[in-house]
Amino acid sequence: MAELTEELSQVKAEEPNVPNKDVRVHPNPEPPAPTTGTPTVIVDDLHIVYRVYGATSDHEKGNAVHALTRLLKRQGRPQMKEVHAVKGVTFVAYHGDAIGIVGRNGSGKSTLLRAIAGLLPPHSGSVYTDGQPSLLGVNAALMRELTGERNIVLGCYAMGMTPAQVKEKYDEIVDFSGIGEFVQLPMSTYSSGMGARLRFAISSAKTHDVLLIDEALATGDREFRKKSEQRIKQIRESAGTVFLVAHDLRVIEETCNRVIWLHKGKIKMDGDPKEVIAAYNKG
Amino acid sequence: MSQPESAVADAQAGGRSGQEPLSKLAKRYGLRRAIARPRFPAYLRQLWERRHFIMTYATSRNVSKYSSSALGQLWQVLTPLLNAAIYYVMFGLILGGQGNIEHYPAFLLTGMFVFTYTQRSVTAGAKSISGNLSLIRALHFPRAALPLAYAIQELQQLAISMGILMVLVVVSTGALPTWFWLMIPVVLLLQTMFNVGASLAMARMGSSMRDMNQLLPFIMRTWLYASGVFFSIQEKVVESLHMPQWVANIMYANPAASYIEFMRDILIPEHPVPTWAWVSCVFWAVFALAFGFWYFWRAEERYGRG
Repeated sequence: MAELTEELSQVKAEEPNVPNKDVRVHPNPEPPAPTTGTPTVIVDDLHIVYRVYGATSDHEKGNAVHALTRLLKRQGRPQMKEVHAVKGVTFVAYHGDAIGIVGRNGSGKSTLLRAIAGLLPPHSGSVYTDGQPSLLGVNAALMRELTGERNIVLGCYAMGMTPAQVKEKYDEIVDFSGIGEFVQLPMSTYSSGMGARLRFAISSAKTHDVLLIDEALATGDREFRKKSEQRIKQIRESAGTVFLVAHDLRVIEETCNRVIWLHKGKIKMDGDPKEVIAAYNKG
Repeated sequence: MSQPESAVADAQAGGRSGQEPLSKLAKRYGLRRAIARPRFPAYLRQLWERRHFIMTYATSRNVSKYSSSALGQLWQVLTPLLNAAIYYVMFGLILGGQGNIEHYPAFLLTGMFVFTYTQRSVTAGAKSISGNLSLIRALHFPRAALPLAYAIQELQQLAISMGILMVLVVVSTGALPTWFWLMIPVVLLLQTMFNVGASLAMARMGSSMRDMNQLLPFIMRTWLYASGVFFSIQEKVVESLHMPQWVANIMYANPAASYIEFMRDILIPEHPVPTWAWVSCVFWAVFALAFGFWYFWRAEERYGRG
């Protein structure tokens, strides 16, 4: 898929019909691939509404009478709250883009990533992508009671690898995580740092066309952090487009060539990392 | 890049006046919707590609499930055995449900083990989506992989309990296995097809109706009583309650009762069974499997919402 996109971008390079060319400034010493290429992700007036359960306020606690009157009046369950997390976001990402997403807690960053990955259905609007974007992270598929060994295999399969690929990557994952003989023990016996390292090692073992990274860098000790930053850089270079959500603005400024600032589910600013981050720090 | 306000975003989006709408741009570059439901044959093919994940996930769940209890996987056998013991005392001895049934212990045990298989699959299936939202919101795979993995997990457990059941039947009836026992895998295959279909359907219902998990135990209890696990439907309904024959026939035609009766027919010597029981078994297997997959697939793109 990646090769195909590359080819396409060469063919379509002559077409001048590319918006917001002026926004592109490359602060990095090594600029990523030219952004005047093919779009890989198009987000068109996206709204995401998802449901949260169990958020009852005090006065309407679940007693039977309340539940019954609610049923009779045909009202929805109060335990179920709808959260309008993303409210009309529109942007186009191009091949070679590394887009940082910044914003306060609850501004809809993770939700936006999940929508781009095709994991959360849009309430209205749409997301178009080239190939299958993937979130970096397999935590949800792993089981604490199982050994590291079993979890590596399980995690790789969960990401859609074939048995041959799993065999090929297994040693690399163990090496990279640096957990050594602990791989034979259940993950519940690991220290939190070791667990995080193994999880990162598993999830970064696969290459992706469009990659979405959600705060993955904040794991492990200093040494592993360095290693993982290196790995992210590699992945970024092999992937077509990268989205990065992180609270560490330094990381975003170093790795991204474009930053989107989300505020309360809307785009507040979109453009050059230095300018957006400066404005974000002020506001 | 002079106006660092939300106007920038708007300018890129709606304000791209004179330019093609984004949906056209997407089409021109061959971009597809991130969350489109694949066509049904493609969906089944994707599911087949994920078979390793499904199998590994099922095995892993089985390993991790009992890792904290001392008796471990023995509970898979102990649970239906203890249940059968309670029902034997309650209905067989105290309430006299035994009636004229020959080989009552074998009759009860077969009913209990066969029913438990379907019951556990359906109950697990109902939680397979709603209990795995974080997984669904993190990774991309055909969602039917989850109810399927849960059904396979139950199938793996069944292998052990079927072995125990056969030993117990031989001990309690004193009759040796016949060639007819070769039909056992066929019944189990049919029942598994039904279980997969039912748990797929329940998975979708359980994902949107949260009260389903509270309601299920009662539905299951009712189903247990209606399936003649510890009494003979014919004897109870027609002969002692004097209800018309069609009531008994409807009860016999329910999927659980069909599989139980078919299995009893194989395992227990001289057990009277409606001759059309196997038709009902095949019908439920095919119908449930086809309907379950179709019904589950229809909501594929919505499971992430919760």
